[in-house]
Amino acid sequence: MKISHYITDRAAKTTVLICAASSILILVAIIIFIVLQGLPTFQKVSVFNFIFGMEWRPTNGQFGILPMIVGSIAVTFGALLLAIPLGIACAILLADVAPHRVRQILRPAVELLVGIPSVVYGLVGLVLLVPAVRQLGGNGFSILTASLVLMAMVLPTIISISDDALRAVPRAYKEGALALGATRWQTISRVLLPSARSGIVASIVLGMGRAVGETMAMIMVIGNSIAFPKSPLDPARTLTGNIAVEINYASGTHENALFATGIILLLFIIILNSITITVLKKGIHKYAEHLS
Amino acid sequence: MNKTKKITFILVSTLLLLTAILAGCTQKTTTPTDTNTTSTLAGTITESGSTTVQPLAEQLGEAFSTVYPQVKVVIQGGGTAVGIKAATDGTVDIGAASRDLTDAEKPGLVTTVIARDGIAIIVNPAQSVANLTKQQVIDIFSGTITNWKEVGGADKKITVVSREEGSGTRTAFQDLILGKTAQIAATAILQPSNGAIRTTVAGDPSAIAYLSCGYVDTSVKVVNLDGVAGTEANVKNGTYKYVRPLLFITKGQPSGLVKSFLDFCLSDAGQNIVSIDYIPVK
Repeated sequence: MKISHYITDRAAKTTVLICAASSILILVAIIIFIVLQGLPTFQKVSVFNFIFGMEWRPTNGQFGILPMIVGSIAVTFGALLLAIPLGIACAILLADVAPHRVRQILRPAVELLVGIPSVVYGLVGLVLLVPAVRQLGGNGFSILTASLVLMAMVLPTIISISDDALRAVPRAYKEGALALGATRWQTISRVLLPSARSGIVASIVLGMGRAVGETMAMIMVIGNSIAFPKSPLDPARTLTGNIAVEINYASGTHENALFATGIILLLFIIILNSITITVLKKGIHKYAEHLS
Repeated sequence: MNKTKKITFILVSTLLLLTAILAGCTQKTTTPTDTNTTSTLAGTITESGSTTVQPLAEQLGEAFSTVYPQVKVVIQGGGTAVGIKAATDGTVDIGAASRDLTDAEKPGLVTTVIARDGIAIIVNPAQSVANLTKQQVIDIFSGTITNWKEVGGADKKITVVSREEGSGTRTAFQDLILGKTAQIAATAILQPSNGAIRTTVAGDPSAIAYLSCGYVDTSVKVVNLDGVAGTEANVKNGTYKYVRPLLFITKGQPSGLVKSFLDFCLSDAGQNIVSIDYIPVK
């Protein structure tokens, strides 16, 4: 009896360990592969000129990706700027304000949004948003169009995780606030939102991850132009788009440069995540101090 | 005890499943290329490469399979560079390219020109401009001319739409029309396929682009270039000069099933299919 327990324990432990190790192994393998494929680029162009170069003309030997770094940042923050207020408002509605019946319809609807393939978002953006944005000036393929499409794509992530975080706030907090004579809005803004803060920030981090990584829908609506974008109505290119648009036809150093774009993209995401995690931790500490 | 058995069973079956999946991954799916060409042909031919050649290759493959039902022709896209690389590596039997090979790419490869294709200048059907000179096209694509009124149209900013760097169609457009010095403007909208180019121009009243003649349909308008429209008819009778070859690439001299397929492409039956949307080589 005891021996068999011991064996299953060990077996379970080993299996879990192998599974966990393999996921890390996959990550390491991907990083090694991308770095090995991308490094030869830097024999032709210096790291500085690659990251801060303004001209991307691979067949001419010019490999500058600054316009694309700026493009990625602009689209991501544009989308978050639009999605955060909308998403949190919607989460408050779902968690606290809306009557039960409305909630029962809205929640599955929001969850359904996650399942829509990104190419469908892109198609809708191409057919509806591009001509609409063209009315504002420019040719419709722009950072603004891409931000709008991306906003729709990160909204469900922000809504459903923020909603969960808001609902996880102990009932006693809300009841206490109301009992003290706080209005409904005071309860939401002073008690519910600060208590759910870490969950809400986590939803934003995850939404940002999706925004930076999104490729297909972006290619369809952003124009993929290599010029440095000067206004939200200008076309631009994202880092992911650069790889996806050109990899089919690239060879030699051009191909290496696309893998090098992948290295920069990885670093970009690591930096973004660490900044947000630091901000998040600070927020929690501040809140903890505030409580004590 | 029962629970322990259950857990052990789940663990063992998971491991077995994993092993099976891993084994499935490493198992190489080899394509049996039949060398017996004397009687009926059988086997699989794989092709990948240029998206310009893809629709044509699909039609040719289908026709070949109708004649020889035992033969399966698998056609994939990917792009000219993919076609050249795949043929060089031997991962496919035939690579497809929509431009001539460079000297660096040539060693070991044998090319067969299966068709020729014109590159048309297209605009939105609502566009009033119907004639452009070659110099005007160069100026528009390189960003010197930015408004339609400079070439006799309405006072509207021109949206230049182009393929991405490395594309066979773009390379051919550069070689045939732009020449060595002019460069496509950085502000140009880039779309990654012939189909996406057509959709973009069809949806934007002030757009201009270049497109493989085989992809032109009624959703876009072909502009006369130096007085001649890049239509199939004009390419066939030789009046339209901006024409490039479409190639099938094999590693070494084609043999067996692949040779039969290439012979079929160049036969009357094959060239009849080519002539539907492209220009036959014979």
